[in-house]
Amino acid sequence: MRRIIKIASVLFAGALVLAACSSSEDTSTDTAPETPAVKVGLAYDSGGRGDGTFNDAAAAGVDRAVTEFGVEVNEVEAADSDGDPERAERLRLLAADGYNPVIAVGFAYSAALAEVAPEFPETTFAIVDSVVDAPNVASLIFAAEQGSFLVGTIAATASKSGKIGFIGGMEIDLIRAFQAGYEQGARAVNPDVEIQVQYMGPAGDNTAWNAPDKAKIATEGMIDSGVDIVYAAAGGSGLGMHQAIAAAGGSAAGYWGIGVDSDEYVLPARAEFKDNIITSMLKRVDVSVYEVIKSVVDGAPLSGVQNFDLSREGVGYSASNPAVAPLAAVADEYSAKIVSGEIVVSTTLD
Amino acid sequence: MLRRLDTLIAPVVAIVFSIVFASFILLAFGANPLDTFLRMFEYATTPRSMALILNSSTTYYFSAVAVAIGFKMNLFNIGVNGQYRLATAVAALVAGYITFPGYIGIPIIIFISMLVGAAWAGIAAWLKVVRGVSEVISTIMLNFIAIGLIAYLMAPSVLGVQTAENVIGTPIIPEGNRIPEITLGNAPIPVYGMILLAVALGFAYWYILNRTRFGFDLRAVGMSPTAAVASGVNVKRMTVYAMLLSGAVAGLVGLPLLLGAQYTFTVNFPGNYGFTGIAIALLGRNHPVGIAFGALLWAFLDVSAQILDLIGVPREVIVIMQGVIVLSVVIAYEVTRRIKVRRQQAAVGMAGHQ
Repeated sequence: MRRIIKIASVLFAGALVLAACSSSEDTSTDTAPETPAVKVGLAYDSGGRGDGTFNDAAAAGVDRAVTEFGVEVNEVEAADSDGDPERAERLRLLAADGYNPVIAVGFAYSAALAEVAPEFPETTFAIVDSVVDAPNVASLIFAAEQGSFLVGTIAATASKSGKIGFIGGMEIDLIRAFQAGYEQGARAVNPDVEIQVQYMGPAGDNTAWNAPDKAKIATEGMIDSGVDIVYAAAGGSGLGMHQAIAAAGGSAAGYWGIGVDSDEYVLPARAEFKDNIITSMLKRVDVSVYEVIKSVVDGAPLSGVQNFDLSREGVGYSASNPAVAPLAAVADEYSAKIVSGEIVVSTTLD
Repeated sequence: MLRRLDTLIAPVVAIVFSIVFASFILLAFGANPLDTFLRMFEYATTPRSMALILNSSTTYYFSAVAVAIGFKMNLFNIGVNGQYRLATAVAALVAGYITFPGYIGIPIIIFISMLVGAAWAGIAAWLKVVRGVSEVISTIMLNFIAIGLIAYLMAPSVLGVQTAENVIGTPIIPEGNRIPEITLGNAPIPVYGMILLAVALGFAYWYILNRTRFGFDLRAVGMSPTAAVASGVNVKRMTVYAMLLSGAVAGLVGLPLLLGAQYTFTVNFPGNYGFTGIAIALLGRNHPVGIAFGALLWAFLDVSAQILDLIGVPREVIVIMQGVIVLSVVIAYEVTRRIKVRRQQAAVGMAGHQ
């Protein structure tokens, strides 16, 4: 026992010495000196920057604001175990530290933001994917059903077998809207199209967003029954769809995957599958985050419900894969109809 | 006295070791460990943070006691997650839909929650004594079934309502069904009223284990089932009782947050307190006071992790620290146990020589 204490004390002393030696540099030196500092506080949902989908889309918006306006940014991230009090405390810490705007990424912050926003009336808050009713909150919501409609038209046009698939993440209304839009788009082009749908988990099952193994098996099952185009709106699980498509021979064999949120064709994390990604449904979280920051920099902060739909280019489809070009005409035609109001895309299927 | 010292040395060594370990990790990230720990400490000692720490540790305490009851009998209840989530969901539905007169609703809601937790754990107990299914397997499977069941209950077509855009949950719980909070001095955040129940539970846990026949039987089965059978204990019945008790306590885990802060159960309700409870039960050696310290330490680390993010230190450092603490506590206890055994053997040997 005494030896352990001896070893422990030696180690501890060593650490203290090292601590004393290490230079005490200031870690926060990202400010661009010439501009009056707008300090952006960004609270990610769990996963944070680098998750390959949703949070990364917000990160892209911030990065653009940093290069354009030289704003200072502090990014914090939710833990899986967070309840509302922890989430509220995170937002409160940012606001109290002078960060303005404070942007909450994800609907899980709804209750926390509703509590904190009134405490800091001078601070501009924003929340992605939810609506918080307070004068200093910009609620950033997306017409995902419209973007999904467009990729649905592409899927139905590109499919040789007349069978297409949809892989959803957690079975919640947010994701059902993707499915609804996709099915309406596909049926608009081909009323006889067969659509297979699989969700990776019920509401409340957080593993649904990160179960590529499940998504792979689900996609394989779809491919076995003749499906040749699959759209995944499932966060990190989407990787499994790409793997299954690649295993089936990929685009050379007529199988295509459709990405979601970010432009997965150009996403480094999807580089090995890019040739099989015909398009992606773009949900421009980056644009919304950028616009919020820009509005604060310009001195006219956004507030209220900000609906990022097709007309505002808040959603859309990606044309970065040249293979989509022959199909783009169809999608663009419907896009114009949606923007003009001729077609109204429903967020539900019934 | 020496014995008491021995039990204290293990956790202290573990904590010191984890601080050292975390220091090296901080250095690797280019952060100054001393500064970082100072900032953590500074932040965690503000009145607001202290209230947050007390609140989190209340939740952790229930969870760790639920796990500890099983541990005492060599049962590994890994299903606290499922038990408390289902219990909290049902309690939230009852509390959200039914307005009870006066404050009578609170004990009813707490009772229902414990009942659901016990029933869910009871399935595992039944499977174990009747079919011989290991509770490790059955409880972890039941966790998934609980998630599915909750998703069904929360569906808007069943009992759920939309509480915010994209958020489905139970109706907001009316004032009368909420547990009153305690405001400590000038702290800006009140402390959960459930903290009193946690203290009472700690005392009851200690009393039942050490001062009743039931507690004796429970510990006897945990130490040696064969010896317990020989002395007339019905092991199967004790297994069922222990699992039911464990589940009933697990039913309390979600209530501080539900009835003290969120007032609604949504699909985002934190789902991992059960595993935290396992770590804290290990840390506190299943002792009611040890668990209390373990819960406070865990909550302190969790709360102070928030400030790390803000000063640009990855919060994962805290997770690493928590992991190292648990691992080194387990190792330190094992080392102290072996030393004790050797010392005993030496003493016996000496006695034999005389």
